[in-house]
Amino acid sequence: MAVNALKEYSFPIIDGADKFHGRQLLYVGWDHHLLFCAPFAYCLPPDTRFGDIVEKMLPHSFGYHPDWQKVDFSTATWLKSGQPWQPDMNKTLAELGLKHKDALRLQTPGLMGIGGSCS
Amino acid sequence: MDMKATKKKLGLKEKYAHMTRGLGWETTYQPMDAVFPYAKFEGIKIHDWERWEDPFRLTMDAYWKYQAEKERKLYAVLDAFAQNNGHLSITDARYLNAIKLFLCGISPLEYVAHRGFAAAGRNFPGVGPRIACLMQSLDEIRHAQTQIHALSNYNKYYDGFHDFKHMLERVWYLSVPKSFFDDAYSAGPFEWMIAIGFSFEYVLTNLLFVPFMSGAAYNGDMATVTFGFSAQSDEARHMTLGLECIKFMLEQDPDNLPIVQKWIDKWAWRGIRVLTLVGMMMDYMLPKRVMSWKEAWEIYFEQNGGALFNDLARYGIKMPDCVKQCTVDKEHISHQAWATFYQYGGAAAFHTWSPTDEEMDWLSAKYPNTFDKYYRPRFTYWREQAEKGNRFYSNTLPMLCQVCQIPMVFTEPDDPTQICYRESEFKGEKFHTCSDGCKHIFDDEPEKYVQSWLPVHQIYQGNCFTPSANPADPAFDPMLEVLKFYNFNLGHDNMDYEGSRDQQNFNTWRGLATKNV
Ligand SMILES: [Fe+2]
Ligand SMILES: [Fe+2]
Repeated sequence: MAVNALKEYSFPIIDGADKFHGRQLLYVGWDHHLLFCAPFAYCLPPDTRFGDIVEKMLPHSFGYHPDWQKVDFSTATWLKSGQPWQPDMNKTLAELGLKHKDALRLQTPGLMGIGGSCS
Repeated sequence: MDMKATKKKLGLKEKYAHMTRGLGWETTYQPMDAVFPYAKFEGIKIHDWERWEDPFRLTMDAYWKYQAEKERKLYAVLDAFAQNNGHLSITDARYLNAIKLFLCGISPLEYVAHRGFAAAGRNFPGVGPRIACLMQSLDEIRHAQTQIHALSNYNKYYDGFHDFKHMLERVWYLSVPKSFFDDAYSAGPFEWMIAIGFSFEYVLTNLLFVPFMSGAAYNGDMATVTFGFSAQSDEARHMTLGLECIKFMLEQDPDNLPIVQKWIDKWAWRGIRVLTLVGMMMDYMLPKRVMSWKEAWEIYFEQNGGALFNDLARYGIKMPDCVKQCTVDKEHISHQAWATFYQYGGAAAFHTWSPTDEEMDWLSAKYPNTFDKYYRPRFTYWREQAEKGNRFYSNTLPMLCQVCQIPMVFTEPDDPTQICYRESEFKGEKFHTCSDGCKHIFDDEPEKYVQSWLPVHQIYQGNCFTPSANPADPAFDPMLEVLKFYNFNLGHDNMDYEGSRDQQNFNTWRGLATKNV
């Protein structure tokens, strides 16, 4: 539905892909690890290699968790917008078809957080 | 010829008629529709403004007299509080962090409420609601002023009180209450009245003010108790106005019902999301607790709100759908919110801390279904790590909800171990929301919410640095620069309460006041 307004109601999207100086937003959450209260937001150039995110950025963000060292990326699974998704670590965000503001969920079966509490 | 002297004093009834209804007129130089351009576009049909019942027969002269009397009492108490070092009578300086949140997050909204009611008063063609909105507008600016004055005493001694207005417009968690009021203020006058006049001031007000005011009373904060008392009679008037307004809209035309219902559904959810901060305050921030968030929700929403909606059922109004979700959420949101502030405590202008064992036992007693199972392990782990010098501060910005602007911390209604992700598309762009409630609001008016000033996205766009920041400098630290932009006193306003300057000062001063050194 449209906004009910007195005059024509049309304003720019303030977080559009054109507003991040050539970069794009990518959100990454780690399922069953609510020690991190919310998924993280990254702002990255589209030519970022996915492997760099997994090897450098995610450890920086999630490394505090004792489960992080146990994550095995050969068995970990991913969801994009809630649907199964398969990354190639050597491809870039653009090559993988990741768009501005895509949300990924990392799933690490067997790792259930602090004391199995999903924390 | 001789002038005939008129009767000197008007009777109460006459005076009331002259000073309220008698102040309006039908314009003739300009059509009424041109003078009141905002009166019709929302689709609410009003046939007879004269049917408006004044909920409180108050005239302006009586209003001034009555409020002036209250001001005199209030400022006498505040003076005494200041002179007698009232700040040392609180239970513990941890308590003041709740009050910092109030000053930064709530008091400026009193000012926005002032503006919003002034605008509603200007925009309604009916003189009855115009006068009522005028008086509420004056109440609200007075609330802002008295709160700022009352809390300025704490600013002399404690950190985090120094720049609430600047912070409101910038800081990530303050965008939650700010955007709530901006959303209402940028709607038409009728939606404003349902959003603030009815949903906020009537349905939810007890969940905001009772916890803060009782929290203040339980924790020896006479400054806050005093402004609370002073605002109480106004609040009763505001509740009556909100209720009268909704009844008036519903009685005027049956076509108004679906519009009003839609607004109630929207604003109940918007308001409840903001109240997450109050839940956190009640369960984690008061050294001496009043009651749990869950108990407050049950009394003030489920019981009192239930009675209200039963009463409105005769107009065809239904309890908002979101209540089902809220019944689940009442067991979780306060814990989720404190966990959020605990880990982003480096970027907050108040202190956070680990709950003690005794506090955790209180939480498990109050939340037998959820605390031990989901939340105690989290807080216990953090505390153990903090004791080893490894206190957790998140180093990466969180994903935010496009509508409520709270980080995406809420869990699925049927699974407290799973973050709730909701996604919409609009004009080829993705938008994320924290819940079905927020997604529904987004999908109904996407053109509005694509303008949300989301702090995380603004930081990444480079809009949250001071003019002197130089991103080209190799030593540039973006997070540090953002906190400078917020005007935080770094290392004093933020971080853990344990080891803070507030903690040291309070303990020293209280020691001087109560012991022989
Ligand atoms: Fe107020
Ligand atoms: Fe939300």
